Amino acid sequence: MTEAPPRILPVIDRDSEAYWTWGREGRLAIHRCEDCEYYVHPPVPFCPQCESRKVAPEAVSGRGRVVTFTVNHKAWVPRLPVPYVLALVGIDEQDDVRIPCNIVDCAPEDVTFGMAVEAVFEPSGDLWIPLFRPVQS
Amino acid sequence: MIRFAEKNTAITGVGMSDVSRGATGSALALTVDAAIEAIADAGLTRADIDGIATWPGERADGSGFSPVGCAALQDALRLEVNWYGGGGEAPGQYGAVFNAIGAIAAGLCRNVLIFRTMYEATARKTAYANALLREGQRQAGPFSWYAPYYTYAAALQQALFFNLYVHKSGITPEQVGQIAVNQRRNAALNPKAIYKTPISLDDYLASPIIATPLRLYDCDVPIDGAAAIIVSRMDVARDLRNPPIRIEAIGSSMRYRNSWTQLAELDTQAQPRVAEMMWGRTDLKPADVDIAQLYDGFSFHTINWLENFGFCERYGAKDFIEGGRRIALDGDLPVNTGGGALSGGRLHAYGAVHEACTQLWGRAGARQVKGDPQICATSTSGGPLAGAMLLVRD
Repeated sequence: MTEAPPRILPVIDRDSEAYWTWGREGRLAIHRCEDCEYYVHPPVPFCPQCESRKVAPEAVSGRGRVVTFTVNHKAWVPRLPVPYVLALVGIDEQDDVRIPCNIVDCAPEDVTFGMAVEAVFEPSGDLWIPLFRPVQS
Repeated sequence: MIRFAEKNTAITGVGMSDVSRGATGSALALTVDAAIEAIADAGLTRADIDGIATWPGERADGSGFSPVGCAALQDALRLEVNWYGGGGEAPGQYGAVFNAIGAIAAGLCRNVLIFRTMYEATARKTAYANALLREGQRQAGPFSWYAPYYTYAAALQQALFFNLYVHKSGITPEQVGQIAVNQRRNAALNPKAIYKTPISLDDYLASPIIATPLRLYDCDVPIDGAAAIIVSRMDVARDLRNPPIRIEAIGSSMRYRNSWTQLAELDTQAQPRVAEMMWGRTDLKPADVDIAQLYDGFSFHTINWLENFGFCERYGAKDFIEGGRRIALDGDLPVNTGGGALSGGRLHAYGAVHEACTQLWGRAGARQVKGDPQICATSTSGGPLAGAMLLVRD
């Protein structure tokens, strides 16, 4: 099988750096308010619930559920292996925090709404890309 | 009594360039064609235009998404204006119209030229082959969260919304396909439409799946072309040659999380709150509407707007469009009467406004809706973007 094209990487800044790099230690970083414990995503150093500025990245469990997904069949660029799944995963800690991802280690036809998944991380350049797979245990 | 500013404005002229899958003229030439036609249609001259607006403004990135901005058109036509504005942070493509309403209310303008130019057909034959993402370049902005996941096109990203809608509503492919079939039937009667050969439901069901639930025929067609409209102050409009098409009400709100990932209601997208605002600014009701030109970047947008405008119940669109009779030219609510973006071509909501005015002025020829339609609901965009207008011809 030919190698898939490289993943396109995001521009990162001080707010998003933890999200894209903590995967090196196998951790999914989501910003959280130290005062009211609300998860703030995408990461912003301000809590929209209590107006606290004490909002910082915190490792979450990495578990969540598939909120929605699509099975892509079109090869948009050469060598793109299809089909593949693009999904939004809601994290277990707060289900309105949605994480775009590919679902891996699972046949596309087996992905379902509400499926329990867990984060895995793929190194790409200087970043660690969060992906999700069906819960193994 | 509250006087909403849009009620003091009207569309007084429209214009459209040739629309094709590969223009012989430049993007600016197409824009000039549309603008000059719109100005003349209103019974105005270049000297009468005192404002220009567009969405999303010039993007000199080779994508063809918006190759012409206010400055280029102003200079080409040597216009002398009091106000101009083009920018993408707006309630979808109609943001340019809403800004023009504000400029008129502020006393800055009497006649605003509003335009939208696309050159995507040519662009995709060259540098920008269907990709939102470009290899080797890091992605910034709201789509950076999707960047690493092979999210090469809007179709793929928006399919996330549509698949959840299918899951919740239970709509079938046979029902969804009525949108594409209806619009192709209408396009066959529109001389400017790109695709005029009728398609059957079987053709729709046989078209390749792009990203579930989207099939090829659910997607709009990139074109080269431009459309323009003139929005005038009401007292000026009443003296011009066409019966004014009043902007009865607009929906422009952002009372929700404007995010392609964190939007609360993924299956209905931003549309409900925007439609609610529009209906709150008029005494008219959905039942009063004669025709609808609903955004159709993808057919599911149209399906969503049918519900979110209140033409049917939440998740009731599947029954509303079943068999296609209600949305046909001779149906209860003719929808996307010129073929829309799916078959007419992706003029990105300005094709829809042009068609709305064409119908309300009774100029639509073989596709003219019977019964002298006077009221049209029109809308734009999906995801966290949405804008809505209710147009009424006096």
